[in-house]
Amino acid sequence: MISPRVLRRRIKSIQSTAKITKAMEMIATAKMRRTQEQALAGRPYSEKINQVISDLSAASSVNGIIHPLLEKRAVKKVAVIHITTDRGLCGGLNANMNRMTSTFILKQGIPVTLITVGRNGRDFMTRCECNVRAEFTGISDKPILFDTLPISQVIIDDYTKGVYDVVYIAYPRFVSTMIQRPTIQPLIPVKPTIFQPSQTLEYIYEPDTYYVLGQLLPRFVQMEVYHAILESIASEQSARMIAMRNATDNANDFVKNLTVTLNKARQEMITTELLDITAGAEALVK
Amino acid sequence: MATFKLEIVTVERLSFSDNVNVLVAPGVNGQLGILPNHAPLMTMLEPGELIIKKGSEETYWAITGGFLEVRPDKVIILADACELATEIDVSRAEEAKRRAEERLKQKSSGIDVTRAETALRRSLIRLKIAEKHR
Repeated sequence: MISPRVLRRRIKSIQSTAKITKAMEMIATAKMRRTQEQALAGRPYSEKINQVISDLSAASSVNGIIHPLLEKRAVKKVAVIHITTDRGLCGGLNANMNRMTSTFILKQGIPVTLITVGRNGRDFMTRCECNVRAEFTGISDKPILFDTLPISQVIIDDYTKGVYDVVYIAYPRFVSTMIQRPTIQPLIPVKPTIFQPSQTLEYIYEPDTYYVLGQLLPRFVQMEVYHAILESIASEQSARMIAMRNATDNANDFVKNLTVTLNKARQEMITTELLDITAGAEALVK
Repeated sequence: MATFKLEIVTVERLSFSDNVNVLVAPGVNGQLGILPNHAPLMTMLEPGELIIKKGSEETYWAITGGFLEVRPDKVIILADACELATEIDVSRAEEAKRRAEERLKQKSSGIDVTRAETALRRSLIRLKIAEKHR
């Protein structure tokens, strides 16, 4: 039997844990809503840029020059941008990401270079002695495009120089508050989406197609990286919200059970005390 | 007076959407005036000033570069950053200018210099336009 004093102490400590997890849940909820809005706000821009690129790439291949970021090469070296969170306490999010990327790396059979975003993925990949080309941590909860430019800069430079032949981006895709799906998809070479011919127009390009395409493509890559990071943040917050809600529920259950045990222990103590007294009194009478 | 639909989109949000009469934008090959029924056009924009005329009303915007697309149904500007002249945060722009100048003085590796230069150009445009329309 645990003494009531110990039980009371445990109840108190679990209650304060529940308070903390409850607060974390509420913070995550507020942040989640904001990042979701932010991710949606960028959608018109990315749709637009996608369409223009598909128009342009069709036009530019006619001229016989292919922009480096569109050029497909024989794949000898692969790079993966691995996006995870800086902080923990968000359920299985990072574990799932790390598992997916490492399975992907093992399947390749050729050298894989990593660019990690987020502390968690970096720690995991360095522990696994993977080849980490660059690491980025401490990206804020509400990044602007400018914050993510260094990341896209590294891969654009390396790809143009031929350091690797294909770049993938791995991030937790935000499906819903309950579901975050680890996703890995090719980023460079850029694959333009094909639109119906009726949607394409004869444009005047100023100064010329190649120049405009050359300016647009890096921006497209930057957009994609930025978007993946926004998705990752939305996923992080919702995963944390769920994890913290479960933790709060568990803590409350614990408190309930412990309170029952405490009451039982208290009653038992009273009963034994009463028995002692009555037994003593009877002994005196005799 | 004939109008056309103009949309200004940045990465963060849709910042402007309305029917307007005239648009003047800083293209790479010089100032561009867009009137209704313009031929389809796709061009890069330089950091500079956007002028939007709607009826008798004129609004001024600072743009730090982007793309301009003229379509038959509407005109779309994909801007890196774009704000109304009256909404420019002057103290922030001045701060950015000071930082960029400092970085240029130190003269570190190539990439930092280009970035500082663009940052400097952006802040100068913002300051200039804010000054002009105060």
